[in-house]
Amino acid sequence: AASAPKTLPSSGPKSLREMSHPLATSSSEEMGPALTPSPDLLLPRSIADKDLSLPNGTPVDTSSPASSSSLLNRLQLDDDLDVETRDLFVTVDDPKKHVCTMETYITYRVTTKTTRAEFDLPEYSVRRRYQDFDWLRNKLEESQPTHLIPPLPEKFVVKGVVDRFSEEFVETRRKALDKFLKRITDHPVLSFNEHFNVFLTAKDLNAYKKQGMALLSKVGESVKYVTGGYKLRIRPLEFAAIGDYLDTFSLKLGTIDRIAQRIIKEQLEYLVELREYGPVYSTWGGLEVELSEPLEGVSACIGNCCTALEELSEDMTEEFLPVLREYILYAESMKNVLKKRDQVQAEYEAKLEAVALKKEDRPKVPTDVEKCQDRVECFNADLKADMERWQNNKRQDFRQLLMGMADKNIQYYEKCLTAWESIIPLLQDKPE
Amino acid sequence: RAVESQIEGQCAPVDSLWRRYSEFELLRNYLSVTYPHIVVPPLPEKRADFVWHKLSADNMDPDFVERRRMGLENFLLRVASHPVLCQDKIFHSFLTQEGGWKEMVNETGFQLKADSRLKALNATFRVKNPDKRFTELKHYSDELQSVISHLLRVRARVADRLYGVYKVHGNYGRVFSEWSAIEKEMGDGLQSAGHHMDVYAASIDDILEEEEHYADQLKEYLFYAEALRAVCRKHELMQYDLEMAAQDLTSKKQQCEELATGTVRTFSLKGMTSKLFGQETPEQREAKIKVLEEQIQEGEEQLKSKNLEGRDFVKSAWADIERFKEQKNHDLKEALISYAVMQISMCKKGIQVWTNAKECFSKM
Repeated sequence: AASAPKTLPSSGPKSLREMSHPLATSSSEEMGPALTPSPDLLLPRSIADKDLSLPNGTPVDTSSPASSSSLLNRLQLDDDLDVETRDLFVTVDDPKKHVCTMETYITYRVTTKTTRAEFDLPEYSVRRRYQDFDWLRNKLEESQPTHLIPPLPEKFVVKGVVDRFSEEFVETRRKALDKFLKRITDHPVLSFNEHFNVFLTAKDLNAYKKQGMALLSKVGESVKYVTGGYKLRIRPLEFAAIGDYLDTFSLKLGTIDRIAQRIIKEQLEYLVELREYGPVYSTWGGLEVELSEPLEGVSACIGNCCTALEELSEDMTEEFLPVLREYILYAESMKNVLKKRDQVQAEYEAKLEAVALKKEDRPKVPTDVEKCQDRVECFNADLKADMERWQNNKRQDFRQLLMGMADKNIQYYEKCLTAWESIIPLLQDKPE
Repeated sequence: RAVESQIEGQCAPVDSLWRRYSEFELLRNYLSVTYPHIVVPPLPEKRADFVWHKLSADNMDPDFVERRRMGLENFLLRVASHPVLCQDKIFHSFLTQEGGWKEMVNETGFQLKADSRLKALNATFRVKNPDKRFTELKHYSDELQSVISHLLRVRARVADRLYGVYKVHGNYGRVFSEWSAIEKEMGDGLQSAGHHMDVYAASIDDILEEEEHYADQLKEYLFYAEALRAVCRKHELMQYDLEMAAQDLTSKKQQCEELATGTVRTFSLKGMTSKLFGQETPEQREAKIKVLEEQIQEGEEQLKSKNLEGRDFVKSAWADIERFKEQKNHDLKEALISYAVMQISMCKKGIQVWTNAKECFSKM
């Protein structure tokens, strides 16, 4: 059974909501890597106030402009965030192409800045490739089955002939990978995961990967959670509601994806016609004397509009669609977690029923049933907390995404407007 | 103005408009034949052409009928403002006389003057000394026709595609509305943004309606190019006739000379047969010479008047061509300006709608 809420011993970013996480201190085996108490960070306060030296006495470098404190200061200006103490910052950048005999691939630089005790050093810089991120995600799913793990961008490029090494593709991927790590960083539980730690710090990740099976934590026995065969009696209303919501949400996003694709297609067809249209004015201009300049002007103007339209379509393809698809994937993975939760509950209910039917003298509730109950309650709490976080992130993400879409369209029209306004004087000009 | 009120009186129901259209055609034919050196204003298209899919190709479609009515009105204004054509009596009676106008036109006998050769557009008449200016002008009118046709065709396709882009955005309206139903905080923002997407999708109808006016302006000059070509053609035929007449005169003179001097400079079957079967009597020869001399005199007078006619034609045609050129440059510049203004207006509307949508999104 869950104990009364104790003061939070964990270090790391905590919004005020997280303070009453009921199961943070219950049996540590359930929670994966232990939450190390750090008396310094019980209450949220500016990181600039506290002693930034780590337990082993190593001072944290705050002199560089990109240091934690100045980054935090920048963050504190953001209205959307509570005044949180952030002591972990992760960035993905600097994509580089590696050409080897067997294969060609891209690596990204993953930079970490932190004051957490779990990290030996305050800064790390490692290079990772997509399959490393994929490995991380799988590990997180295994070891944190009660939590929602953010999605990765698609592994394989399915549609059309897309160049895996084109600047645009690599940049889109980089942004998605950066977002992926930042979401994990922001998560009060996931960010303390040992696999995440190794991912951020290890020089040789492959060596660590090979030890994989041996290091599988007790909780990460996903086998237990995935065991089927238990039928769920009643799904609690709130989780049924989440399930329904996710179903409709995925559906609507799918529709939006199709509409956006259709618009891009129509825009490209419009572009094809415009590309023929502009030059005809130029041809005509060649026939004329007095009208030559005005007609050339119109031709050039249409050309500028073509360029602007091309940019709009490119932006929508590269920046809008991928984020949309990411959320569809996210919803899918969330539904899987919901299913797992159902399974855990079903197992508990079945075991409980089995005990009830035995009609034995029950001095106390058998331990394994108790364990199941714990698991259910744990799962439910984690999921609820994550859902709330997810809802908030989703709102922010879509706000940004849709505002971005509106912005791009505004920019497109502004470019065209400038082009047309600039030729009015040319058209009105009377040659002497 | 008297002219305009008359035009309004002729905005009759559809089937009488059709009859009227043929009367317009009759008027124009009359003017073309009577004033061959003038670039006669063209009529609007009889049938809907250069349509894009939303625009009706149906001749009875009210929008088409209305645009054609405006085109006919424009035609009359063009004639009325032409320094030469506006004085024509047949034109005046077209505007003022209700019944019997057709008969009046036919009584002028203008059909007799009409050169049927003009209808044969592709027939070539070899002109030995073509007037370079007219040749160039004919070439120009051909090129102009070609380029404006191309422009109108592509413009129609562009309009079609643009229509598609705008209309698909309407789907956002629906899906945002559906999505907002399951959201708490995001709901209002999504819903109102969706409304703006509907507005955006609907706005294209008016935009493209306005653009049709621009297309009509281009079409007028497409047909004007035809009128220009006709003037060049008439000159070409005139020149041809002149050269034929001169050639005929020269050969008659030569014949005359041969008969008079008895020398046969050129081989002729007649000459051979007369050599073989006996020559003509001096009296016969005298008679022939007399006939020829009469013909030569007639021919010389005709040639003189044809030359004069030709020079007059060139002079007045060229004056009208210069007038036409200025009109064309002015009108097309105005058309391009109005097109640019339309584009600017469309861009501003687009900015407005997306700015509104952005604001809604920001409230999510």
